[in-house]
Amino acid sequence: MGGTSILAISVFAFFVAVTLGLSFYLGSRTRSAHSYFAAGGQIHWFVNGVAFAGDYLSAASFLGICGMIAFFGYDGFLYSIGYLAGWVVALFVVAEPMRRLGKYTFADALDAKFHSRGIKLAAAISTLVVSIFYLIPQMVGAGALIQPLLNLPHWVGVVAVGAVVVVIVMTAGMASTTYVQFLKGGLLVFFSFILSILILNRGFKTVDPETVSQPQTVAKMSDGKTLINGVVKDGTPQGGKLRPAGEVLKLPNGEKETGPLGPIEFFQVFRESEIVLWKTTNSTEKDGTKVTTYTPTPTVGADILRPGQAPIFQGIRGPNLAPKIDFLSLMLALFCGTASLPHILIRYYTVKDEAAARKSTVVGIATIGFFYVLTLYIGIGAMTSGALDLTDTNMAAPLLAKSFGELLFAIISAIAFTTVLGTVSGLIVAASGAVVHDVCSSYLQWNINDHEKVRLGKISAVGVGIIAIVLGILFQKMNVSFLVGWAFSVAASANLPSLVMRLFWKGTTRQGITASIIVGMVSALTWILLSGESYSKIYGLKAEDAIVPFSQPGIVTIPLGFLVLILVSLATPHGRASDSNE
Amino acid sequence: MVDLSGHSAEDRQFSSKQESQRNARYGGILFLIYLAVYAIFVILNTFMPEVMDRVPFAGLNFAILYGVGLIVFALVLALIYSWLCWVSMPQAIDDDCSSSKGKES
Repeated sequence: MGGTSILAISVFAFFVAVTLGLSFYLGSRTRSAHSYFAAGGQIHWFVNGVAFAGDYLSAASFLGICGMIAFFGYDGFLYSIGYLAGWVVALFVVAEPMRRLGKYTFADALDAKFHSRGIKLAAAISTLVVSIFYLIPQMVGAGALIQPLLNLPHWVGVVAVGAVVVVIVMTAGMASTTYVQFLKGGLLVFFSFILSILILNRGFKTVDPETVSQPQTVAKMSDGKTLINGVVKDGTPQGGKLRPAGEVLKLPNGEKETGPLGPIEFFQVFRESEIVLWKTTNSTEKDGTKVTTYTPTPTVGADILRPGQAPIFQGIRGPNLAPKIDFLSLMLALFCGTASLPHILIRYYTVKDEAAARKSTVVGIATIGFFYVLTLYIGIGAMTSGALDLTDTNMAAPLLAKSFGELLFAIISAIAFTTVLGTVSGLIVAASGAVVHDVCSSYLQWNINDHEKVRLGKISAVGVGIIAIVLGILFQKMNVSFLVGWAFSVAASANLPSLVMRLFWKGTTRQGITASIIVGMVSALTWILLSGESYSKIYGLKAEDAIVPFSQPGIVTIPLGFLVLILVSLATPHGRASDSNE
Repeated sequence: MVDLSGHSAEDRQFSSKQESQRNARYGGILFLIYLAVYAIFVILNTFMPEVMDRVPFAGLNFAILYGVGLIVFALVLALIYSWLCWVSMPQAIDDDCSSSKGKES
């Protein structure tokens, strides 16, 4: 990982400068609240479609999924499948009605025909909670990128992203966010494609088994010192470092090197190869030293290309029901979550009509789907690159790029950083729109003009940015893809039942919508906070002591949201819309 | 390949009630088809993961084939949906026959 590279910093600075320059240029053209919060509804559907990809292919997709595939194999790809499947719900169920019913926020579509302050407030709170939940992994990803790229601490990366994003959002709102997303989405997919071609061209190469036979250790002593493989880590190049990982031990037919491979041949050869995976175990010595041991575990490729290898998914191959339900719950949340994310939903307001909303979703599906297929190549490429950092699953893709040269590493890291910038910008626009339109203007009924709305939106952006920075520092050690799984669960539980029932059931009442949002959101959040994952990774307690039987809440809380909406709506028939047949 | 471009004047008139209902009907059917295929995938992974280990052809296991297939299938359904919405628009057919005339008017 080395020291700071001038090339890396230059490329990185160039990307950030272009992003900011674009924001200032578009900012000079932003006058009204409609142009600030919805880009004036004038974005071309193709630009919006690629911007969907920019919004959606966040740190979780690029850093989290690729990292998970690189460390555990096929299980990471399950996230790719679930994330993409969610777009089917967005296209077939949500896209056109959202564009028809709303103007600025998710609450607009829910509240059309009801004019209920309760719906506005509940939807605004849900938007804020989901946006902040989704912001955490983005900020964690930003910190992870800054460490090896610029040799700066994790928190510096988090603060840098927060600061740049607030500037982007404050200058031009949705217009600048959209074009940043368009550029970032296009560049991310293009360079991921380039990376995949390089991986195929390189093929696989075996290493001497002796070089990977020894475990590696990180010992954190009670006096604050860290020993890596028994050597004190002091920040110098010689001062204690883990050996990079990612080795192929055996290839089919005893070959030492494959040379270039075709896209299908790549998997065929991998299945019959033997790869080193690294099992992680944690222990505490009598003197309080915490030791993490990474043990090389030779594994047949066929076992890596099947579900159930990652610790969080291993339970699907076991006899217990709880891990299986946990997996079902996650896949349900990923399926239902996409069409419930506020920063995705508000993108439907940036195009002029329903047809444009539909077309842009199709472009989004094509772009995002192509990228997700590439994650398999990038992940497995990273797994066999000899460049993995065992302590950081989120850095697999950038370090893979580094194995092809410093320039590609700089470009991929800069794109990944811009990825975070773009997604965070979209989330902050969604959150500030909820504060201004739903809370201040609709719920509190402040009489504010267009100019004041924009000013208030910018102030809200700063506030949300600060919250995101703090949380990004606190959650440093968690895999970003896993965190996003939780964000999807909260979004799907809080937003999807009300959105779907509002569109397709005439019996839906304003009380039913409000109750469904609140119950879905609170139940999902409570479940997460009481789960084994939170116990072990946040509170430092034993996962077995957790109150709820599995970590992913969706399978309970999404149906609960629907049930609450139906029951409350049946109990309050006077709360129906005057004309719910749009 | 579905033509996703053009028809901007027609697009603006597209929000009529009947067209919205018709699109919702197409969307609902395609959604249910995809939901069924996705649900089978998830259930197989959850309760019969050993099925995913099988190698039906080309040296690729069922996990890779079904997973990549789901991604491709989503795009195929999206294109079918676009095509269905587009061919059902009376303006689209007129526009195809006399696009230059349409522009003049």
